Amino acid sequence: MINFQFSRARDVADAILLLTGHPGAKLIAGGTNLIDLMKENVEQPSRLIDISRLPLRTIEETADGGLRVGALVPNSGLAYDPLIEQRYPLLASAILAGASAQLRNMASVGGNLMQRTRCAYFYDTATPCNKRTRSSGCSAIDGLNRNHAILGASNSCIATNPSDMSVALAALDALVHIAGPSGERTMALTDFHRLPGETPDIDTNLEADEIITAVELPPRGFASNYSYLKIRDRLSYAFALVSVAAVLELEGNAISEARVALGGVAHKPWRSAEAEMALRGQAATVEHFSRFADSLLQEAKARSHNGFKIELARRAIVRTLMQAASATPQSQAHKKIA
Amino acid sequence: MNAYVGTPTSRVDGRAKVTGAAKYAGEFAADGLLHGFVVAATIPCGRIARLDTSEALKVKGVLDVLTHTHRPPLAGKDDAWKDEVAPAEGSPFRPLYDDSIKFNGQPIALVVAEDWETAKFAATLVRVEYREEQAFATDLDAGRSKATEVKQPHEPRGDAVGALAKAAVRHDADYLIPTEHHNPMELFASTVVWDSSGRLTVYDKTQGVQNVHKFLCSVFDKKPDDIRVLSPYVGGAFGSGLRPQYQVVLAMLAALALRRSVRVVLTRQQMYGLGHRPATIEHVGLGAKSDGTLEAVTHEATAVTSRYEDFARNDSGWAEQLYKSPNSRYSHKLVRLDVSTPCDMRAPGAASGVCALECAMDELAVALKLDPIELRLKCYSDRDQSEDLPYTSKQLRECYARGAEAFGWSKRNPASRSMRDGKELVGWGMATGVWEALQMPVAARIGLTANGHAEVSCAASDIGTGTYTIVAQVAADALGLPIENIDVRLADSTLPQAPVEGGSWMAASSAHAVLGAADDIRQELIRLASAMPSSPLAGVDVADVILVGGTIAKAGDMGSAVSIADAMRHGKLERIEKQKLNHFAEDKSYARNTHSAVFAEVKVDEQLGVIRVTRVVSAVAAGRILNTKTGRSQIMGGVVWGIGMALHEETVMDHRFGRIMNANIAEYHIPVNADVQDIDVIFVEERDDRINTLGVKGLGEIGIVGVPAAIANAIYHATGKRIRRFPVTLDKLLA
Repeated sequence: MINFQFSRARDVADAILLLTGHPGAKLIAGGTNLIDLMKENVEQPSRLIDISRLPLRTIEETADGGLRVGALVPNSGLAYDPLIEQRYPLLASAILAGASAQLRNMASVGGNLMQRTRCAYFYDTATPCNKRTRSSGCSAIDGLNRNHAILGASNSCIATNPSDMSVALAALDALVHIAGPSGERTMALTDFHRLPGETPDIDTNLEADEIITAVELPPRGFASNYSYLKIRDRLSYAFALVSVAAVLELEGNAISEARVALGGVAHKPWRSAEAEMALRGQAATVEHFSRFADSLLQEAKARSHNGFKIELARRAIVRTLMQAASATPQSQAHKKIA
Repeated sequence: MNAYVGTPTSRVDGRAKVTGAAKYAGEFAADGLLHGFVVAATIPCGRIARLDTSEALKVKGVLDVLTHTHRPPLAGKDDAWKDEVAPAEGSPFRPLYDDSIKFNGQPIALVVAEDWETAKFAATLVRVEYREEQAFATDLDAGRSKATEVKQPHEPRGDAVGALAKAAVRHDADYLIPTEHHNPMELFASTVVWDSSGRLTVYDKTQGVQNVHKFLCSVFDKKPDDIRVLSPYVGGAFGSGLRPQYQVVLAMLAALALRRSVRVVLTRQQMYGLGHRPATIEHVGLGAKSDGTLEAVTHEATAVTSRYEDFARNDSGWAEQLYKSPNSRYSHKLVRLDVSTPCDMRAPGAASGVCALECAMDELAVALKLDPIELRLKCYSDRDQSEDLPYTSKQLRECYARGAEAFGWSKRNPASRSMRDGKELVGWGMATGVWEALQMPVAARIGLTANGHAEVSCAASDIGTGTYTIVAQVAADALGLPIENIDVRLADSTLPQAPVEGGSWMAASSAHAVLGAADDIRQELIRLASAMPSSPLAGVDVADVILVGGTIAKAGDMGSAVSIADAMRHGKLERIEKQKLNHFAEDKSYARNTHSAVFAEVKVDEQLGVIRVTRVVSAVAAGRILNTKTGRSQIMGGVVWGIGMALHEETVMDHRFGRIMNANIAEYHIPVNADVQDIDVIFVEERDDRINTLGVKGLGEIGIVGVPAAIANAIYHATGKRIRRFPVTLDKLLA
């Protein structure tokens, strides 16, 4: 860990001001990921700007019937909020599938969107990593890549995004509210994270002098037919090998809308509008869901150790959609997969 | 009188531990305490070409950066570095000794500063250039062909290879156990307190204060009185603290260099550079007649060791204690790689070797179409075949029977994939566990004061196993005092002798030291009481007198009781102190072992491969259980660890870099609460009058042995898939 400046932002404008012109500056809220990375010398910010006291901690109803979630709402506060539990249970479930109670108490919504990959090479400064140091090489492509990307990877980086919350937000078509020197803007959550391409060191489309102020949930919460299923190497407190967020709107047994986002398989939550469209009007059956899974995974590419994730993802997609269709969502408290 | 021994007595140190009153090595304060932070090598093999500490030294608050070229003297001969549990063969690692790099993560510098944060920051400024001189190797699979045989745990009997080839039913396979790390909750730490007289008080995380004391005296050329080592509480060690670890040498170096008190605490990541359970390839061959009796057993273990020391344990010899066979051959091979020397880790050798043996027995049972318990009973050995000795006691049959009954084994459908619960396949598996019942020389001192309070002291460590509590229980019963009146002092090198706390030997060894000292106290009290005017104990046979309820009395005759206080007052003694070395009869005509039968239920999601261990029954025969509460906890801990060994634990190395890539407990998986469901511990009655006075055998290791095999066998029963490369993860099931 290196020495750094520390300042506390008075308001959002002040935070932006403190960021501007300081490329080495980082915002800190809960710090659950940033401080870990600083201890490992992966992140070496010259300045930390504490935003934890900014007034971004409320969950408010929007004019169109959605919710606006302040960027500093703790992950646990979001998961246990009555409105979230009733209207967006998928989001509550995904959050509770991640980390531990202690971490969820500290971690913020905005910070969750900014968390970085768990690729072991990214974490170890003694090994090359393009995400840590541009053009230094990717150690994972020909190395230990059992839990690396099967979709959307590049020859520069095959890391995955570790967030559970983002996967649910992607399925819910959430929006990210951003403030910067030139004002405010919104971005679809699905556009927020980037694919690695040739610049895997840049995780998101947030500019260096911008701050996330809120996440907006559109009115439709799919509270009747949803499920979040996370498959990992132990039954709790591990990052996903594959996770699936699925929501359905059904008319009888016919699908009028389906949205599925995958976690643990790519540099960002993975969706396919085309595959989802093809499910519309179909009956909610294993056969149709299997076809959907094949379509969603069409571009999947195996590396030396992660080939199993393709078949695992296929099966997990079918299971999750069946859970959603039968209104028996995966419990995050039971020691069992339904 | 047994008011405490054999009962579920709560930990006497429990309150201190949960309130934080119990202090650990990295928590002791000293005036002007300095903090050291380790700089670790990032290559596995080579030399330090250049070590530039100038930038680090410029940081305000940094006092010094110690390196191999800038440090106080260290002993130059290997013998000086050989602690009491060092491997016989090899040259022990010496931190900051010279420019050679022997393993990735090796300490190469220590930054010493006024506070820990400054030291940690300055450590990032130390610049290192390496000279990589030769190709390195860290992969056991790739190095297997270069293995050299180092020992045979037992002499071969008959012609095992020939008999195996001719056997009617044969099973022959490799089982692979990965490198594992202990990951005790407490980080390795040492606080060296300097005083102006030059004496050093060392608080160290260790399983043996006298081992560390002797080691430090020889490494630093000090007299015994110059150094005192204490380790009053240890937050888990599991074998990782048997040998003195390098942080204690570094803290000593800094204290001597700067003539100040110094604390060095390793990070979790740095602890992966310490010892580990070596990766092994366990090759087991079993040949049987069609009736299920064994004709041949072969077991060859190929294990990793470092380039500089040969660490080898008994992985392969355990069938000799368990299964009757006229022909047997056991061997242990080593592959020397560019890693740190492995070390003991809970049930060293047995955890790995018996895992393979018990999986192989399960495979043989399938081949013979025999129930796994029936096969084991057909091969049951009442004698240790290696020496052809009977056991002091062996209630393994009863373990099978009691465990099977509690588990409901009779309802098992023998066919794999035959049992189901919704989307999950259900599997039932079992395995045998075995460990040694060892006892070592330990001395205890008891100081009894006239008010009926006793202080019991011994240099033994309590690494969380409950030594404080059992020592208090045994002393309370032997002295006839309430346990609240017993104060136990442990883990101070100036206290009566004890070896390292390991091998499951400390319960029996310390208990009998306490018994011996208490008996001397009893005799002294009888002498005092008999000498009182018109004493009811005058002329009584010493053997008939016990200490009970704060009195000295003829057994069964409380009318004869004389209070301890009266007897001591009359003798004008405020305090009686007795010290005794335990004594065990050297009877080599019996084998001494503990045993267990482990039963596991798994549920495996057929589509997704997700594995849950829903039930484990562990039936243990280990002589008398001194404390059924801490004993049960210890077995449960072993079962949880066995779940980890079966499903989770694996130190993953990138052999291109010779570097561990999951050196943290986020990615090095151990079971979490969700992975642990019902665990039923059964202590099978095992009276043993031969082994020692109390009939105690020890419980430290037996809890884990057999558990991974029982789970792997259950997974086979559930799925029909035999995974022989541990841990069993879902990708292996889906493959």
